[in-house]
Amino acid sequence: MTPDSSSTTASDTRRRVSVPAVLLSVLLAILVLWLLQRLLVPKYVDGIVEGAFVAEFYGAEHDHDLIFVGDCEVYENFSPVTLWQEYGINSYIRGSAEQYIFQSYYLLEDTLMYEHPKAVVFNIQSLQFDKSRSEAYNRMSIEGMRWSPYKVGAINASKTEEEHFLDYVFPILRYHSRWSELTAADFEYMFKAKKVTHNGYYMRVDVRPVTTLPPVKPLADYSFGENAWAYLDKIVQCCREKDIQLILIKAPSLYPHWYDQWDQQVKAYAAEHQLPYYNMLEATEEIGLDYSTDTYDGGLHMNLSGAEKCARWLGKLLTEKYSFESRRGEKHLEEVWTGIISDYNAEIEAQKIKYGIA
Amino acid sequence: MLFTSYSFIAFLAVLLVLYYLVPRRFQAPLLLAASCVFYLFAGPLFLIYIAVTTVTVYFAGLRIGDGLKAQSAYIKEHKADLSPEEKKAYKDSAKRVRTRWLVLALVINLGILAAVKYLNFAISNINGILSLFSSARLDFLSIALPLGISYYTLQSIGYLMDVYRGAYEPERKLWRFALFISFFPQLIQGPISRYSDLSPTLYAEHPFDMNSLLRGLERVLWGFFKKLVIADRIFIAVGEIIGDPAAYRGGFILFGMFLYTVELYADFTGGIDITIGVAQMLGIELRENFNRPYFSTSLKEYWRRWHISMCSWFRDYLFYPVSTSRWMSRFKKWNVSRFGQKVGKRIPVYAASFIVWFSTGLWHGASWNFIFWGLLNWAVLMISEELEPLYDRFRKAVPFSQSFGYKIFMMVRTFCLVAVMNLFDCYALLSDTLSCLGSIFIPSAWQGFSLGVLGLSAADYIVIIAGCALMLLVSILSVKGDVREQIAKKPYAVRFVLYFGLFIIILLMGVYGIGYDSGQFIYNRF
Amino acid sequence: MDQLLEILSNLHPDVDFEMEDRLIDDAILDSLDIVDLITAISDEFDVTITAKDIMPENFNSAEAMYDLIQRIRDEE
Repeated sequence: MTPDSSSTTASDTRRRVSVPAVLLSVLLAILVLWLLQRLLVPKYVDGIVEGAFVAEFYGAEHDHDLIFVGDCEVYENFSPVTLWQEYGINSYIRGSAEQYIFQSYYLLEDTLMYEHPKAVVFNIQSLQFDKSRSEAYNRMSIEGMRWSPYKVGAINASKTEEEHFLDYVFPILRYHSRWSELTAADFEYMFKAKKVTHNGYYMRVDVRPVTTLPPVKPLADYSFGENAWAYLDKIVQCCREKDIQLILIKAPSLYPHWYDQWDQQVKAYAAEHQLPYYNMLEATEEIGLDYSTDTYDGGLHMNLSGAEKCARWLGKLLTEKYSFESRRGEKHLEEVWTGIISDYNAEIEAQKIKYGIA
Repeated sequence: MLFTSYSFIAFLAVLLVLYYLVPRRFQAPLLLAASCVFYLFAGPLFLIYIAVTTVTVYFAGLRIGDGLKAQSAYIKEHKADLSPEEKKAYKDSAKRVRTRWLVLALVINLGILAAVKYLNFAISNINGILSLFSSARLDFLSIALPLGISYYTLQSIGYLMDVYRGAYEPERKLWRFALFISFFPQLIQGPISRYSDLSPTLYAEHPFDMNSLLRGLERVLWGFFKKLVIADRIFIAVGEIIGDPAAYRGGFILFGMFLYTVELYADFTGGIDITIGVAQMLGIELRENFNRPYFSTSLKEYWRRWHISMCSWFRDYLFYPVSTSRWMSRFKKWNVSRFGQKVGKRIPVYAASFIVWFSTGLWHGASWNFIFWGLLNWAVLMISEELEPLYDRFRKAVPFSQSFGYKIFMMVRTFCLVAVMNLFDCYALLSDTLSCLGSIFIPSAWQGFSLGVLGLSAADYIVIIAGCALMLLVSILSVKGDVREQIAKKPYAVRFVLYFGLFIIILLMGVYGIGYDSGQFIYNRF
Repeated sequence: MDQLLEILSNLHPDVDFEMEDRLIDDAILDSLDIVDLITAISDEFDVTITAKDIMPENFNSAEAMYDLIQRIRDEE
């Protein structure tokens, strides 16, 4: 200590600090915080993998002709591999668990920053939710998005009362308490991701037939919320401006129940906006669905067999009605798909062993 | 706006930037504006309450101060031609005017406090009496308690009493007085500042000083640690126990009692650390409100070291005026003539402190359990006062009573006593408190006692134990002087690791955000 | 002054009141002592000490108390 500083008052006893030391410590602090954040965020590699879907898209080749947006009724019910193998349609599913319609809209906008598909298939079952019901589902749908005005929009449209925008900017604020439940996977996947889908498709090969369905409860009010309609308008407008064919579907999941009153509203909307709408529940015979073999959870979602049937039906429709042409034979695309297909087949084998299917 | 919210951190960051950018004479007005913004977050209507208090106390203060000034000027001028009798008559009549202003302001402000805080309590008591002989009932009123009203009412009354006593001149600028009443860091949970302490530092110009900013920040961090890592974590278990007096008995009560006592300390001193730290970042020094209270060797000492600003408020503005009042001295004479010197002299003092502890209990909350808690404190204090000669003899007769070990024993004893009494502010119903307390001694009530059912994991318990050890260590170190001063002498790398480490601990182990109930400061409700 | 010291030592025989000058600051006298003290002083010296006079600086030492008594006498 210099002689003059030793004679100063108590509050000046703090030693002088050089500027490089301060800069170094700030950098160190940021680095430590970043590492901690990487460590603490959920990795979605085992158990619940749905949180990994949205981010996986950015690693794909962005040259798709068809994009699906929607919830589990798209990412479990259609197999892009079948669409490619049988119709040469290059597709990707931007689905996530209980994806709300506003999230679908922003994910669509986000997707269109990277590519320009010929058609977009949107599953309209999420019209029934006017606003978010669950913070956890918000997280899984939004977190994987890269930062863009659309991510900001998705957060603001989705966040429940207890959520803060800041928690999305710095996920460590949300997941800080995971320090006591870290697993080996959190360390292993700190800087890398594990591929869990096949072009957005979440595969299940096991079978649980539909036996009984829960009773259908009558609702007090069947009309969809204003907010939900407004976002459907936005999706329609977005596709129209970019000259993309929008196709509305209701996937053939038996449960949760799809009410006739709901179907009427969508039909009316589609007619008014001159949009195609296919309620696949009305086409189960045409698709060839057998609910005793094609679902893995008693009718909620399709298994591999069901998803391939749905894809086949859709491929035929797209080829016949929407002049989709096969891109089989394009050298680069074939290479890309060879990789995807081999992963796909490997997982089929692995799951067959896992679920004890011959 | 809670201290532990993103909005408060953002609010403080913006304020700090503005505060050190504006010309220094605008710093105090900026603080008033900031305090209004802070208050607006609680609800625009509440602003009316604090405005009424500010304006009434300000004007009464002016009238009283002017009266005092006029009186001394008059006496000085007429020194020669006034007989002692005339002088006394003049003084008395002038004092009557001042007293009238004082009483008016007290009635208005205590009236508001009574109306918003105690009316429903009064109604429930009236209904209780009514139920004895009729089926008529009064309806409860739905009045929300304005933010910090218990604190700013006491603070403004203290100011007015001081002006009345001639301790200092009244504040002549309304905006400055408004800032004194509404200064945002101390609005929610005190401390109850004295005008003479706060005004020199509050209205001063504060040049930017990195040291005081960092010192304040360090204190705030420490407060956040106590509040978020320890208190809010303990609250998960304590809330569970208190929430179900029928299910949690026996061992849970014994365990919960001590947990709650630790929580109360971590929560309240943590909040005060944030308050004092925030003020320090603004260059403003507030008085300490705690002095390592759990190191007290007696309940009497504890009440000198816990919530100091409140205890000294009740002492200076209630206990002394009551115990030295004229009717109290008449009461004393009557007692002396009846019970003799020794006992007769004690009764009035005990009566005065009864009033104080009754009021303290009532101030803590508008329900009987708080009043009972206050009176229990009173009873223990008075009994130990009476037993003082006995202690003296014990100390002289037993040599180890001077040892360090015995001192530790006394501290532990005081801590246990405080823990038992705190149980009375946990349960609203006195019958619940007593039956839970009794269940500690019933072996069958201990059946099913397990630490695992209270919502805390093993990791949580480890954090609590380690956190308590750290608080204890800091308390022991701070006997020698401010721990921050001791750390400030260390090299930069050491300081950085310590404070950044503390920040990381709060960030990771703090109980905040989704999944946890962001617990409000316990003292908010007062 | 002697009169005052006598009152004080009656109150706390174990304290050296001639030397102590932090009676309040060091909590040697508590609030109950203060009230006892005021009663005794009022009786012995025939002055009225009110709550406004109860400030640490008036009661920290015997000398300060004596000054206070003188001051009140002068005013009356």
